[in-house]
Amino acid sequence: MASHSESIIREPLITGKDITYAKITNDVLRPVENMPGKAWWIGFTVASLGACLWVFAVSYTFWYGIGSWGLNKTVGWAWDITGFVWWVGIGHAGTLISAILLLFRQNWRNSINRSAEAMTIFAVICAATYVVSHMGRPWMAYWPLPLPNQFGSLWVNFNSPLVWDVFAISTYFSVSLVFWYTGLLPDLATIRDRATGIRRKIYSVLSFGWTGSVKTWQRFETVCLILAGISTPLVLSVHTIVSMDFATSLEPGWHTTIFPPYFVAGAIFSGFAMVQTLLLVTRKVLGLENYITMFHIEAMNKIILLTGSIVGVAYLTEFFIAYYSGGEYEQYTFLNRFIGPYWWAGCMMYGCNVLMTQLMWFKKIRTNIPASWVLSIVVNIGMWFERFVIIVVSLHRDYLTSSWAMFYPTWVDVSIFIGSIGLFFTMFLLFIRVLPSIAMAEVKLILKSSSEQAKKKLIEHGHLDGEQVEFYKESLTKFDSVEITDYQKA
Amino acid sequence: MSSTKYILGLFEDPDELMHGIDTLQKNSVPIYDVYTPMPIHGIEKKLGIKDSRLGYAAFMFGCLGGTTIFSMAYYMLVQDWPMNIGGKPAFAIPDFVPITFEWTVLFTAFGMVATFFYATHLFPGRTPRVMDYRATDDRFVIAIDAKGNIPHDDITNLLKQAGAVEVKHNDRKYVSYE
Repeated sequence: MASHSESIIREPLITGKDITYAKITNDVLRPVENMPGKAWWIGFTVASLGACLWVFAVSYTFWYGIGSWGLNKTVGWAWDITGFVWWVGIGHAGTLISAILLLFRQNWRNSINRSAEAMTIFAVICAATYVVSHMGRPWMAYWPLPLPNQFGSLWVNFNSPLVWDVFAISTYFSVSLVFWYTGLLPDLATIRDRATGIRRKIYSVLSFGWTGSVKTWQRFETVCLILAGISTPLVLSVHTIVSMDFATSLEPGWHTTIFPPYFVAGAIFSGFAMVQTLLLVTRKVLGLENYITMFHIEAMNKIILLTGSIVGVAYLTEFFIAYYSGGEYEQYTFLNRFIGPYWWAGCMMYGCNVLMTQLMWFKKIRTNIPASWVLSIVVNIGMWFERFVIIVVSLHRDYLTSSWAMFYPTWVDVSIFIGSIGLFFTMFLLFIRVLPSIAMAEVKLILKSSSEQAKKKLIEHGHLDGEQVEFYKESLTKFDSVEITDYQKA
Repeated sequence: MSSTKYILGLFEDPDELMHGIDTLQKNSVPIYDVYTPMPIHGIEKKLGIKDSRLGYAAFMFGCLGGTTIFSMAYYMLVQDWPMNIGGKPAFAIPDFVPITFEWTVLFTAFGMVATFFYATHLFPGRTPRVMDYRATDDRFVIAIDAKGNIPHDDITNLLKQAGAVEVKHNDRKYVSYE
C-alpha cells in the first residue's frame, strides 16, 4: 500500500521539498510540453549531422558493395561486427533495469527504466543496421527467415548460431518495444489529458484510450510482471547467442566456452556505462536531479564495478585456459594481443575495462559526477576495443603465416560507426522531446514511501532509533540535491 | 430530477482514497469505478475485482510459440530436407533449443499483450473515456453512478468527510467527448 513507510536507513529515492504528484508530472513533462532549449538544438543538430553521415555511408556501401570497406581475405569481419556487438551489448542495460531489477523489487529502477529502455531500443536499431549493411545486398535480408522458397524449399539451417541470432535479436527488439510501449501508455494518457488541440489528438491515438481504471491497472501490473519474467532469460539468451556466433567456430581466440557469461557480463557493463553517460547529462539539462539522484548514480556505478570485475575474471580465465590448454595457436593468439602489432588495442581493452573500473571502489569517485561521466565514456571505449580485439586481432594472424594481414578501416567504415552514434543520439534526443523520459506513474508510486520529504517527516515525528537517524543523515551528505543544513537543526 | 449522471470524489492522497472507498461501502453506496494516476494495491480487493487471468493466456501463448517453431524446425530439417552435416543426426534437438526458447518468449509477449489490449479495449485511436482529466495526473477519483443513488447530497457529504478535496456532479459520463 502507498502509505507503507520504509526503513529510515534506506537512502531516499526522490529528494527535494514539497514534491507532490502534480509536481512530478510538471517536472517530467517540462521538456515535452515546452519548446526545447538551446542545448537541445545544438545537440540535435550535431547528432542529426551524424545521422546524415550514416545515411550517406550506408548508401555508399549498398551502391559500391562491401568492397568499400577495409576488409580483406584474412580479416573478413571487422568494424561492422564490432559495432554490431557493441550496440547490442549497450542495449542490454535497459532490459536489465526494466526487467531484472523489477523482479528483484529494486525501486530505484523506477526513475531510470524509461530512458534506459528507450536506449535499448535505439541501440538495437543501430546494431541491426550493421547486420543489414554487412549483407551487402539488403534486398535479400529475408533469406535467413524460414520461408518457403524456389530452391526446392531449401530451408534455413537451424543448427547455425547465425540463424539463432536472427531469432534472438528480432525477438529481443520486438519484445523490448512491446514492454516499453505498454509501460508508456499511462504516461501518454497523462500528456493527452493535459494537452489541447492537435497535440491532444496525437497523444490520444498514441495512448490507446488509457483511463487508469482499477481493472486496467491490475492487468497492466500483471502484464509488466510477466514481461519482466520472460525478458530476464531473454536478455541473457541474446548475448549468449551473440557470443556463440564466435564461440562455435574453431578460430583461436573465439573458440571459448566461457564466452556466453563473459559476453553477458560485458554487455551489462557497457550498457550501464551508456546509461550513465546519457543520464548524467539528461538529469542536468532537464533538471531532473530530484528524481535521478546521487543514489541512482552510485548504484549504477556499483553495477559497473561488479560487472567490470566479472569481465576481468573472464579475461583472466581466458588467459589461464589458453596457457593450460597447451595449444600453441591458442597461446599465440593471446600473446599476440600484447606483443603483436595490435598491442595498443589490447592495452585499451584491458586498461579501460579492468584497470580503470577498479577506481569505482572509492566512494569519492563513485559519487563524483564528472569522474563518473568520464569513467562511463572510458568503459564504452574499452568495450568497443574488447570486441575489436576479439574479432580483428584474433583473425588477422591465422594458421598460415603467409596470409597474415592488418586491417585498415576506410572512410566508409569510420563514417558508418560515427554515423551510428549520431543516429542513436538523434533518436534519443527526439525521445526526450516527445515522450516522458521518466516513468511518472512509477515514480509517483514510491513518493510516499521512499522520498526524502517522507523520511524527514518520520524523523520530525520522533519515535525513531537515534543511531539509525544519524546513519541516514550521514548517507545524505553525498547527495547533490539535498539541503543538508535542514537536517542540522532538526 | 437532477441531471447529474456521475458523482466524482477527487482525492489527492491514495490513503484518503482508500478511506473514501471504505466510507462509501460502509454506507452501502455502490462504486462504479476508481481512476488513479498510478496502480494502488488493495483497491481491487476492496472492490471485489477478481485476479487477472492474463497469466494463463501468457502460458498458453508460450506453449503455442514453442510448439510452433519446434515443429517447423522438425519439418524443415528432418522431414522435408534432411542435410548431411558430417554424418550427424538431422534431428539435432539441442540445436533447436535456442529458437524454441526465442519463439516461446516472442509468442508469450505478443499474445499476452494483445490479450490485455483486447480485454481492456485498448487500441490506437480509441476515444479515451475520461471522467476527470486530472485522474491521470494527481487526482485519485472515485466515480459513483448517480442513477438510483440518492440523495446526492449525502454522497457528497460522505466523500467530503472521507477527505475528498473536490466533489463533482457531472452531467456527462465522459468529459473527453467533444
